[in-house]
Amino acid sequence: MALKIVKGSIDRMFDKNLQDLVRGIRNHKEDEAKYISTCIDEIKQELKQDNIAVKANAVCKLTYLQMLGYDVSWAAFNIVEVMSSSKFTYKRIGYLAASQCFHESTDVIMLTTNQIRKDLSSPNQYDTGVALTGLSCFVTPDLARDLANDIMTLMSHTKPYIRKKAVLIMYKVFLKYPESLRPAFPRLKEKLEDPDPGVQSAAVNVICELARRNPKNYLSLAPLFFKLMTSSTNNWVLIKIIKLFGALTPLEPRLCHSTSQMSFLFFLSPWLSPSSLSTSNSTSAMSLLYECVNTVILCVQKLRILIEDSDQNLKYLGLLAMSKILKTHPKSVQSHKDLILQCLDDKDESIRLRALDLLYGMVSKKNLMEIVKKLMLHVDKAEGTTYRDELLTKIIDICSQSNYQYITNFEWYISILVELTRLEGTRHGHLIASQMLDVAIRVKAIREFAVAQMATLLDNAHLLTGNTQRNGICEVLYAAAWICGEFSEHLENPMQTLEAMLRPKVATLPGHIQAVYVQNAAKLFATVLRSQEGNTDRTAAQETSQLMIDRLPLFVQSANLEVQERASCILQLVKYIQKLQQKDVEVAEEVNALFAGELNPVAPKAQKKVPVPEGLDLDAWINEPPSESESEDEKPRTMFTREETKHSRPRHTEVDEKELAKRREVRKQEQASNPFYIKSSPSSQKVYQEAPGVDHIPVVQIDLSVPLKVPGLPMSDQYVKLEEERRQKDRADKKKKEKKKRKEKGGRRGKRDSGPESEEDITPAHMVDIVTEEMPPTAICRSVSLVPPLNSPPCVPSTCQKSSKHKKKKQKKEKEEKDKKKKKKHHHHRHHSDGAGEESVQNGTVEEEEEPLPTISDAPTCSLASPPPFRQVCDIQGNLQDGSQVVVSLIFENKCDSFLKAMEFNVLDSLNSRLQRPDGAGPHDGLTVPFQLPPGVSNEARFVFTVKSIVMPQKLKGTLAFIVKNEDSSTHEKLDFKLHFTCTSYLITTPCYSDAFAKLLESGDLKASSVKLEGVVMPFPHLLARICFHHHFSVVERIDSCASMYSRSIQGHHVCLLVKTADQTVSIDAKCDEPSLLSNVLDEIKLTFSQC
Amino acid sequence: MHFLLLFSRQGRLRLQKWFTPTPEREKKKIIRDMTAMVLARKPKTCNFLHWMDLKVVYKRYASLFFCLAIDDQENELLALEILHRYVELLDKYFGNVCELDIIFNFEKAYFILDEFLIGGEVQETSKQTVARCIEASDMLQEVNVFNVLSTLACC
Repeated sequence: MALKIVKGSIDRMFDKNLQDLVRGIRNHKEDEAKYISTCIDEIKQELKQDNIAVKANAVCKLTYLQMLGYDVSWAAFNIVEVMSSSKFTYKRIGYLAASQCFHESTDVIMLTTNQIRKDLSSPNQYDTGVALTGLSCFVTPDLARDLANDIMTLMSHTKPYIRKKAVLIMYKVFLKYPESLRPAFPRLKEKLEDPDPGVQSAAVNVICELARRNPKNYLSLAPLFFKLMTSSTNNWVLIKIIKLFGALTPLEPRLCHSTSQMSFLFFLSPWLSPSSLSTSNSTSAMSLLYECVNTVILCVQKLRILIEDSDQNLKYLGLLAMSKILKTHPKSVQSHKDLILQCLDDKDESIRLRALDLLYGMVSKKNLMEIVKKLMLHVDKAEGTTYRDELLTKIIDICSQSNYQYITNFEWYISILVELTRLEGTRHGHLIASQMLDVAIRVKAIREFAVAQMATLLDNAHLLTGNTQRNGICEVLYAAAWICGEFSEHLENPMQTLEAMLRPKVATLPGHIQAVYVQNAAKLFATVLRSQEGNTDRTAAQETSQLMIDRLPLFVQSANLEVQERASCILQLVKYIQKLQQKDVEVAEEVNALFAGELNPVAPKAQKKVPVPEGLDLDAWINEPPSESESEDEKPRTMFTREETKHSRPRHTEVDEKELAKRREVRKQEQASNPFYIKSSPSSQKVYQEAPGVDHIPVVQIDLSVPLKVPGLPMSDQYVKLEEERRQKDRADKKKKEKKKRKEKGGRRGKRDSGPESEEDITPAHMVDIVTEEMPPTAICRSVSLVPPLNSPPCVPSTCQKSSKHKKKKQKKEKEEKDKKKKKKHHHHRHHSDGAGEESVQNGTVEEEEEPLPTISDAPTCSLASPPPFRQVCDIQGNLQDGSQVVVSLIFENKCDSFLKAMEFNVLDSLNSRLQRPDGAGPHDGLTVPFQLPPGVSNEARFVFTVKSIVMPQKLKGTLAFIVKNEDSSTHEKLDFKLHFTCTSYLITTPCYSDAFAKLLESGDLKASSVKLEGVVMPFPHLLARICFHHHFSVVERIDSCASMYSRSIQGHHVCLLVKTADQTVSIDAKCDEPSLLSNVLDEIKLTFSQC
Repeated sequence: MHFLLLFSRQGRLRLQKWFTPTPEREKKKIIRDMTAMVLARKPKTCNFLHWMDLKVVYKRYASLFFCLAIDDQENELLALEILHRYVELLDKYFGNVCELDIIFNFEKAYFILDEFLIGGEVQETSKQTVARCIEASDMLQEVNVFNVLSTLACC
């Protein structure tokens, strides 16, 4: 008591202590800043005094002010002064201030090294402790280096209090100064068996953290940890150990068993005593339990119990753990769909968000509509915009995942998108817009519907722009305008849409949208003209032109250059058209020619597939590079040039690559703002960017408090109902058919009738033409490289291919559709194989084997045999989903003048490979090619082969029978060919990380082999590219003239290459778990290079 | 662990501890984000949030929010327990701790925290041991004060 009184009197001796400061701040709520600035002035005075007690008091106050957010870095030196006081009271305050205020760039830290060292070796353990604590906060690499030894000594201090601190600080030191790890590790390991539990747990902590960064080095400690785990009763330590084992198990499969056993024991124990579940939600038992859940994957069932728990925390963690399991075992999580959907209704946003994450993996064709319907309900109800935006992106993510795999009805999807546009103030307008564009371009069957919807949107544009000054729902109009313009032939009332697009209010939209409006108004104008010129009355057409001329000047005045430029161009054009119209000239056809052709999606990788024309070296300089800086010119000439040849070569290529990347970026941006460059991949969501200064464009606000219901727009719900009905009908139909079939076949049961619930049974409502990413590149590649007469010049195929080829495809599709209706069963098979093709790995152009046709002479000759009537190009791709399937795409080109039809494709099966024929077909029956070929036309067909062994290349003989139809006669023809299945065609380009690669090589399961190629003159990158392209490898790592490459076969064999080059000699060291596959692949690589 | 924040219902910061070096500007931003996020939560919701790539575990004790940011791989329930243990320690030291205790003795709150956690790791799981250490160093401090007194008396 007496002490307290005395202490109080001392406090009063100082001007103002911490308590006074805090009280003062609380009393000056109104003018806090002013009060504090006077306080700081006082503190500055105090710091100038010699009395260390006064200084310490000042520093203490500063620490408080620092927490309130005031800058106190100016007092850093004073803090060091207080730190070096010999009195523990002040030292403690000094170190506290330092740990709060110092950071790595504080320069006075350098001054502290010796002081800290002194404190560390102080006989008073609390001095040492305080120094260690402070050090943990502001340790720099320099300090770590200088003090590592001192701290290491402290790890063996007599006091456990110091030992445990030293062990923990050591971790910070390792991070800052990794060299210290090696000498300190034995001692750290020793501490695992320290008699003091605190020190032990500290050591476990540190090793666990270290092991998380690099598990490999800590495998040897596993037995020790196992002993600890069985003996320890401290839950905190146990959790860390389990975590450590979690990190170690991927490296050492033997551990897995014991870990899971142990964890499982822990895991079950709380459940064995049910009281612990109900009473304690924050005891260690529960957190330990959760740790076990993380380690042991087979707990989905148990997770359900967590999620069903009434405690929100457990529910959250259950969902979180479930999403971890979803990545590896989607099936087991899917069975809990009901529960997860239930969680979507939870009132806790954190839980709803976690449930949303899980939904992504839950959808299937069957339940997509149902789930999205539910999400849409949530969208309506959601209060916060962040959550609503999250919902919106999730809906789009879910629907568009893996190339719209789960969407069966695109009309429904478009309606969902349109419904989403009614959200007020969402940030994701551009996302919706890009989806609309993507779907409308890629799904041809939907265009008519989409155009109708977009026209309605345009008509009601004022509803969208009402309150969207900053939030870009008006981005949707970009998509709407473009779709209406591009596919204007589907418009029911183009005139009305044209008027909607030329309304004066459009001028309030952001510039990039206006630009699209103007451009597409022109397209619409062309369409309108055509329909109006068909009429006898010419005045209508002239009135349309007049409308354009009246309205366009508004855009000509636009501040946005793009809009202005387009508008004035088009205005002049229309004026000219009007002049012609007045002379009674028909112009519609010519105007339409401006926008002729159909826009087809092209995969972003298409350009890569176009081979570089011979003789064109893309890496060569077109002009000599300018000489380097002028100062270097002073050097002797000869030396300079010599140096140039030596050093600058590699640097040039590097610069070149950078430059290329830069240009690519620029080009991408350019494409992005141009509606004619539409990428087909759904990943490129941002089709265009916001134009600068959108915010400043004045937008007339219409106050609409009522949620928007745009008249004439359908509700997506009705599709859900329709879909239900359709599926039921489908099912009924199928049953009927199946019954019939069964009668015919006398009880022979197909594999497929496993019940109406199976996933495959849901046939899409539209036979939609989804151009997958894989398809166009190969298509283009072939048409450019192999089919000589092509309208478009070969340098532009990466943009948009407005070629005639597409129409043929469309015909084919249509035909297929008819086919499908005729024979359902047959269709089914084809659909399936189509799917397989889509899933197969891209980059599949293995070898383009042009069938030499000497065999044609063996075939019965006919009048038109002189130029071979056929040309086939084949492309063999492994199927990732099924290790025994290979998809062969064949392009048939009719090179004669006659019509070819009734083509039948047949292959003589070998023991190893056989053609997949529809159920019920005999083993020697041919497959009908699903199209006919008019003269000069080519088309593609796909056939699926089952392959047993993939280690050997193989050739299959086959025949193609067809009817040649002339004007007057028709003859049967036959063509023999060989299909060459190389071993590379079984390889799939699989990316591999270098650490995984190294692990693979170390595993010792692989057999080695090597090959040397002489006289290869191409640059190393080209060489690698060639191997990647022709043989489906991916580069793992490249160092100078040495590279490691990886690929995987469809049956999971790993193939690793180490490619080295030295003056024209390339040596390839290879490893694979299947020696004969390897030697065949190497032979093929050799062949590739011997041909070049 | 990355940082520990204590703030009041009004969003006033009461204590901050950073276990990883963080620039001053970023600290301010984090503090602003944290208070905004945590204070917006409704009662009876779970105690976990995702923020950037960190997990944030918070808990309200009386008028104070305790908010701890941990790595993605760390255990949330364990973090809750750490918070709880810290509150227990404060409670033991101050005897039925309240917000004012922490405001006026903020340095003590830091000292206790430093004995419990160090460099983002749990240093001592035993309540008794932590309490004993704090007591001992406080005693040392009192002795120091006593010494000062005696020197002053001499003057």
